[in-house]
Amino acid sequence: MKRLISTLILFLGLALSLVSGAAQAVEPDALIRNVTEEVLTILRQDKEIRAGDANRVADLVGAKVLPHFNFGHMTALAVGREWRKATPEQQKQLTDEFRTLLVRTYSNALTSYRNQTVQYKPFRMQPTDTDVTVRTQVVQPGAKPVGIDYSLEKNSEEWKVYDVVVGGVSLVTNYRETFATEIRNGGIEGLLKALKGKNQRGEITPATNAAK
Amino acid sequence: MAMDWCFRRRASAGLLAAVLAGGLGGCATTGNPRDPLEGMNRAVFAFNEGLDKAVIKPAAEAYQTAVPLPGRVGVANFFANVGDLLVGTNNLLQGKPGEAVTDFARVAVNTTVGILGLFDVASELGLERHEEDFGQTLGRWGVPDGPYLVLPFFGSRTLRDTAGLVVDSVYDPVYDVQNVATRNILTGTRIVDARAQLLAAQDVLETAALDRYAYLRDAYLQRRRSLIYDGAPPRIREDDAWREPQAQSLSGLEDPLRAATEPILVGAADVVVPAAEPAAIAAASPEAGSGEAMPVRATVPAAVDHDAPDRQGTH
Repeated sequence: MKRLISTLILFLGLALSLVSGAAQAVEPDALIRNVTEEVLTILRQDKEIRAGDANRVADLVGAKVLPHFNFGHMTALAVGREWRKATPEQQKQLTDEFRTLLVRTYSNALTSYRNQTVQYKPFRMQPTDTDVTVRTQVVQPGAKPVGIDYSLEKNSEEWKVYDVVVGGVSLVTNYRETFATEIRNGGIEGLLKALKGKNQRGEITPATNAAK
Repeated sequence: MAMDWCFRRRASAGLLAAVLAGGLGGCATTGNPRDPLEGMNRAVFAFNEGLDKAVIKPAAEAYQTAVPLPGRVGVANFFANVGDLLVGTNNLLQGKPGEAVTDFARVAVNTTVGILGLFDVASELGLERHEEDFGQTLGRWGVPDGPYLVLPFFGSRTLRDTAGLVVDSVYDPVYDVQNVATRNILTGTRIVDARAQLLAAQDVLETAALDRYAYLRDAYLQRRRSLIYDGAPPRIREDDAWREPQAQSLSGLEDPLRAATEPILVGAADVVVPAAEPAAIAAASPEAGSGEAMPVRATVPAAVDHDAPDRQGTH
């Protein structure tokens, strides 16, 4: 009986903390830190991931990381001004395909995670800010430290990532020239086709993909 | 020694001349104003990839398998320590004496306490490692990128960074080792070590890129811009083009990377920008036929060379 009560109290406490968490938006730097640490902990501990199971990494990314990303904004940013010429249906399809591509890339990068540690750079923001950058640095023995910067925007009390810049290279805007070329050659539909083709060709296992 | 210098300089200049001559031979391009030599660049890129696949990548993989991590870390640290001398010098040339002091302190600590640079003690002590080269120094001084180039063996550069590479290699301590065998071993090990560090990144590239050539090119250009601004480049205004209603009518936005051609020299931004009369620019710029001048164009100094060709014109 006592045990039941303490369990109930525990759940009540959890529920309360969830409610209060929802009422007050997590600060962007805390968000990045929490998600990063959570993912890194799982990456370090999960035996199947350590054995190179990319599908598991993809599941992990889907559960922990994706909810904090605004893929609509990311896709618009990558497509650039042609975005506004796309129909809502095309925009949705582009977003779906680009999400698949980015998630696979990101999962792939995480699979090769081994001895890295992440440092968080000092972060300051005004209470009124709605667009901020959280800077982190990945340190690994025997290699140059690599900066990973996250651009976040605040929409309806929630911060979402809309760009990730690795070593000075935006994973999003780096596609702009390629996308522009595809659109010039085949219109929005041409770009969609190219993205779909890429996503169909690429399996989730990086090792087999390298042969392309 | 002097002859050696001379040879290296001449070899580099010859390479550059060959590259440029090849490029002027005329090749199909997709009209990217930053990559006017795309046809030739793609050919060299294919050559480099072939070489990599046949020789360098297998060597790097063998190295990674054969040498345990602590050994590889030691090798990487050793070359990083040698490189820190040039990093410090370039920081001095860029007017960043504080960072240069850190770099030279790193060399002092790592060469002694870190046993000839095998251990990166300096980083443990909080002396941060920097990444500088003469190409960045030139960028700081206001030298524009020039056309994008893929050099045989060396890979992605711009014309400016090619010049930087030549200068850096003249002062590279490894190339100054007198004993030929030692020098060759050092050079080879450095290449293999550098390639081994990129093995993981290559998988990511394969997954990410629709077109590896374009992906690497654009990543290189973005990264160099970021490095020149020491990791905090100004925001590119095209990043908002997808949502701003007026952006669409501004034909100057045709090239998303054009904004990246804004004055590279950090200090010079103040010198060049003085609100260069939007109207005058609109009049001078053939593509601004609509009479609309946009802020991005106004910040692009006329001196920036790759600003000249217009995509519609070359297509």
